[in-house]
Amino acid sequence: MMPHLADGFTSPTFEYQLLAPMLIVFGGAIVGVLVEAFTPRGPRRTVQVALGLVTLVVAFVVLLAVTRPKLGDLAASGTVAIDGPAVFFQGTILVLALLSFLLFVERGVDSAGDAFTPSGATIPGSASERELVAARVSQTEVWPLALFSVGGMMLFVASNDLLTFFVALEVMSLPLYLLVGLARRRRLLSQEAALKYFLLGSFSSAFLLFGSAFLFGYSGSISFTGIYDSLSSGVGLDPLLLIGTGMVAIGLFFKVGAVPFHSWVPDVYQGAPTPVTAFMAAATKVAAFGAMLRIFYVALGDYDWNWRPMFWVVTILTIVVGSILAITQTDIKRMLAYSSVAQAGFILTGVTAASDSGLSSTMFYLVAYGFATIGAFALVTLVRDGTSEATHLSRWAGLGRRSPIIAAVLSLFLLSFAGIPLTSGFIGKFLVFEAAVNGGATPLVIVGAIFSAVAAFFYVRVIVLMYFSDPPDDAPSLALPGAATTLAVAVCAAGTVALGVVPGPVIDLAQEAAAFIR
Amino acid sequence: MNAAAVVHWSEGGQQVVSDATGVFGLTWLLIALPLLGAVVLLLGGRRTNSFGPLLATALVGVAFLLGLVQFLQMVGEPAADRSFAQSLFTWAPIGDFSVDVGFQLDPLSMAFVLLVTFVGGLVHVYSLGYMANDPDRRRFFGYLNLFVASMLLLVLASNYVLVYVGWEGVGLASYLLIGFWNAKAEYATAAKKAFVMNRVGDIGMSLAIMLMVTTFGTTAFSGVFSGVEQASSGVVLAMGLLLLLAATGKSAQLPLQAWLGDAMAGPTPVSALIHAATMVTAGVYLIVRSNPIFDLSDGARLAVVLVGVLTLLFGAFVGTAKDDIKKALAASTMSQIGYMILAAGLGPAGYAFAIFHLLTHGFFKAGLFLGAGSVMHGMDDEVNMRRYGGLRKAMPITFITFFVGYLAIIGIPPFAGFFSKDKIIEAALADNVWLGVAAILGAGITAFYMSRVVFMTFFGEQRWADDVHPHESPRSMTVPMVLLGIGSVVLGYVLYSGSRIVLWLEPVVGPEEEHELGIPVLAITAIIIAVTLVGVAIAYSMYLRKPVPVQAPLGTVVTRAARQDFYQDAFNESVFMRPGQYLTRFLVFFDNRVIDGFVNGSAALIGGGSARLRRWQTGFVRSYALSMLAGAVLVVGVLVLVRL
Repeated sequence: MMPHLADGFTSPTFEYQLLAPMLIVFGGAIVGVLVEAFTPRGPRRTVQVALGLVTLVVAFVVLLAVTRPKLGDLAASGTVAIDGPAVFFQGTILVLALLSFLLFVERGVDSAGDAFTPSGATIPGSASERELVAARVSQTEVWPLALFSVGGMMLFVASNDLLTFFVALEVMSLPLYLLVGLARRRRLLSQEAALKYFLLGSFSSAFLLFGSAFLFGYSGSISFTGIYDSLSSGVGLDPLLLIGTGMVAIGLFFKVGAVPFHSWVPDVYQGAPTPVTAFMAAATKVAAFGAMLRIFYVALGDYDWNWRPMFWVVTILTIVVGSILAITQTDIKRMLAYSSVAQAGFILTGVTAASDSGLSSTMFYLVAYGFATIGAFALVTLVRDGTSEATHLSRWAGLGRRSPIIAAVLSLFLLSFAGIPLTSGFIGKFLVFEAAVNGGATPLVIVGAIFSAVAAFFYVRVIVLMYFSDPPDDAPSLALPGAATTLAVAVCAAGTVALGVVPGPVIDLAQEAAAFIR
Repeated sequence: MNAAAVVHWSEGGQQVVSDATGVFGLTWLLIALPLLGAVVLLLGGRRTNSFGPLLATALVGVAFLLGLVQFLQMVGEPAADRSFAQSLFTWAPIGDFSVDVGFQLDPLSMAFVLLVTFVGGLVHVYSLGYMANDPDRRRFFGYLNLFVASMLLLVLASNYVLVYVGWEGVGLASYLLIGFWNAKAEYATAAKKAFVMNRVGDIGMSLAIMLMVTTFGTTAFSGVFSGVEQASSGVVLAMGLLLLLAATGKSAQLPLQAWLGDAMAGPTPVSALIHAATMVTAGVYLIVRSNPIFDLSDGARLAVVLVGVLTLLFGAFVGTAKDDIKKALAASTMSQIGYMILAAGLGPAGYAFAIFHLLTHGFFKAGLFLGAGSVMHGMDDEVNMRRYGGLRKAMPITFITFFVGYLAIIGIPPFAGFFSKDKIIEAALADNVWLGVAAILGAGITAFYMSRVVFMTFFGEQRWADDVHPHESPRSMTVPMVLLGIGSVVLGYVLYSGSRIVLWLEPVVGPEEEHELGIPVLAITAIIIAVTLVGVAIAYSMYLRKPVPVQAPLGTVVTRAARQDFYQDAFNESVFMRPGQYLTRFLVFFDNRVIDGFVNGSAALIGGGSARLRRWQTGFVRSYALSMLAGAVLVVGVLVLVRL
């Protein structure tokens, strides 16, 4: 080693046992890129599917077996914090990603293959596209892209300094922009959605980066611990801190789809291939809330009396606007998109509590919400008009008579969103509201409870439509789900019921895990 | 997993509730087995048609065997250590309040487990024969299993919320089974009536639970019973009265008695199991289980006693006028449960005897109902006793078992009912002479109407139509009747001798209170038997000496009133239904004009707002970015405002 470096340079340490799950996912993604380059087209898809699923399962097992017993430490020279919430969120992300991957695998519901276009590079409707469709080619880059995104999410919830935080955000988002544009059907809509998402995402990233710079300017440190310390010492550059806090919050509000940063949500959710929508709606939201909780509870933890009123405003706006806009939607994917906006508002209620119970209740809510969301979008893929999904709500009339099982399971997920007892959504809402009341946010809870009733209207409306209306004469065909989709829906349904009837173990788990380290 | 051992003090001393281990750790299985049967049969669909009924029967049988093993094990434990708690998991911990899904197996619930699984098992076997030709047999057995599971949950639960779950479960099963043949509109109506009247009682239960939560912060037996002594007397009285309201609904006591007669629309095995032996006695269980509450409130106990004594006379009078064999037996059930409620209301002097009578009644009344079912089975479903007569030759086994049950219910020594009813009457006499007199009078009327049933059915000349050919029932039906008959003979003495039942229940209800009687016990017994024989003699002169007309005579005013259940339906109609209808009409009007106006107004507001807000969603990225910018201004603005 060169002697003149030894003074100012400490070589970084890597706690591989703590980082292993993330390294496995990134490793799997890189191997996926190599597979893309070196495997012949024939077996390529099979290899990618196997690689993707195995990577997630192995990462999950390693997370539970190796990382979890050792949690509670900063890793990679303090840039990453592997604590209870990090491991909880990483595990949740892996499970939700695995369920979404099962939907990615499905090729049984669309006669032409999986949900993705054979080649994103072809012009929609062109001869070369038709050729590739006829050859039953598939765009297998989907798998490494999704793995990179999952890796980014896992890093996002664990990042403990502003730079890691920003890099993780981009690693998580960039593959998503691409995935959104790869729908097999209605490609123009899908590409438009991808571009919108990319542009607005860049815009929000800019806010976040800008805010990070201000926070650094205020504290002279990029680590969350450093920001926390400088807050307690009171360096007296409050405008910097204020603007930094606001800008970072905006970047995160965009990612969770809070009002008024939600405009992309319905367009993107509608345009994206439905399995990708499920993945985004569930896993991205978990990751973004995980990161939000960390930066606001860890770095800005002692500053909560400053940021909480701002959260109040955004939370109320999100619940009110999300619920109200969902009412007049006529497309089920857009309806679910606005519902996810409203749900983000309910989750923000928990964040606003700024307490341990706020943290644990948000964690529980995210698990409950993730299961119901993936399940609901999975069912959307099954109702089809000829080839595309029949997403207009009028096409869903009378579904209860034609397919009682699909209608019943969808009703379960919708009731869970609406927060009806004996489903996971009820317990989740109850916990975040309880945390918010204890955190002094009673008016927020009142708004939340009133708009829960408004929200229940549009959820129940779908149920009424399915059970008490006559099916249209040219009713859409119902695709028989393959084993993968069936498995995903079954797991989501079981999770939704189990978390509603026996929530105790998961609540305990969340409460045990709800302790950040600095 | 298991809560730490809890100690709570009952009046008699210390009762240790220890963790359920060994065979007691399998308590959950008692409920899981019949529940499994219900799930398999009801969700399995037609595939389970062939083996479903047998499976259901076998599962209840296994549950009985498990209960028996637990019982034998429990007998081996010292008396103070016979309570076991098992906590499966915590449901929804909410702050300091949580509800455990947990069970408590103690001598009281053990007695119920044995009664429910044994009689339940026999009724399952009986139904194999009775329902052999019903196309919907599988559904019937599924409901029966659902009932057994719910009833076991009710008696095994270790907190009131879980009791409530079982309470509603048996109500549901009862509703489904009364309306089992719901193609007949009046049967469906009977089911609905039972359900609605039970709901009235259930309100009492849920209010009592809410009161417990606000007063004690828990609904667990251990928490409620240890806290009740610190509660104010008004709260305890309210709790007792609310629990009594719940009990009157489930146990068909005044003023919620009117559903039981109509409930006889259900298949006869259902009447035997649910509406005679087990479910209708849940009210008695509830009161005895809640003894620490009632012990502390004289007012609540007085109400219980009044309900019991009024119902026992009411039921007995109604029983004298009914020509429908099942309705006569239903009236008798009501009256006998009145005895139990009366005993439970006497406090520590009576709890054990309430349960004693409940157990013996479970046997002989189930036997009587199964006998009635057997008669109907052989008589083409005829229920009018004026169409019977002289059946003892055609159905000898049914006759003998029914006759044994008859001797038991009217209290002829040494049959089971003699011991249990005798003890209740003694306790009532010791408490208050008039209570005793009413109870003795009830015994006389019981003897009269039961003799009437027996004479009209099995004695006298044949009065059935020409195309009816009475015949003995198949083995699957007679064997359960014989077993119940044996129980009706021996159970009373077995439980009575050496005060077995009193000592057995002592850990739960405390020691029996000694009472002073002005006259020797033997004299009282002699009086009771004499009154009983007078009742039999009157029935003999009216229904055996004289021929029974096929058409019912007009009868006196009292007879006609009793036939109409003392106009209970007309009473309910004019006092509750009509005003209720007016109230609903008014509320509907109010709802339409005022509330709907408000709701529709706000809905229109929200809908309109939604349509307006939608215009912001233009689809143009530039306007989205603009709204984000506006949001940024808002966020920073709020942050700055807070600092100002």
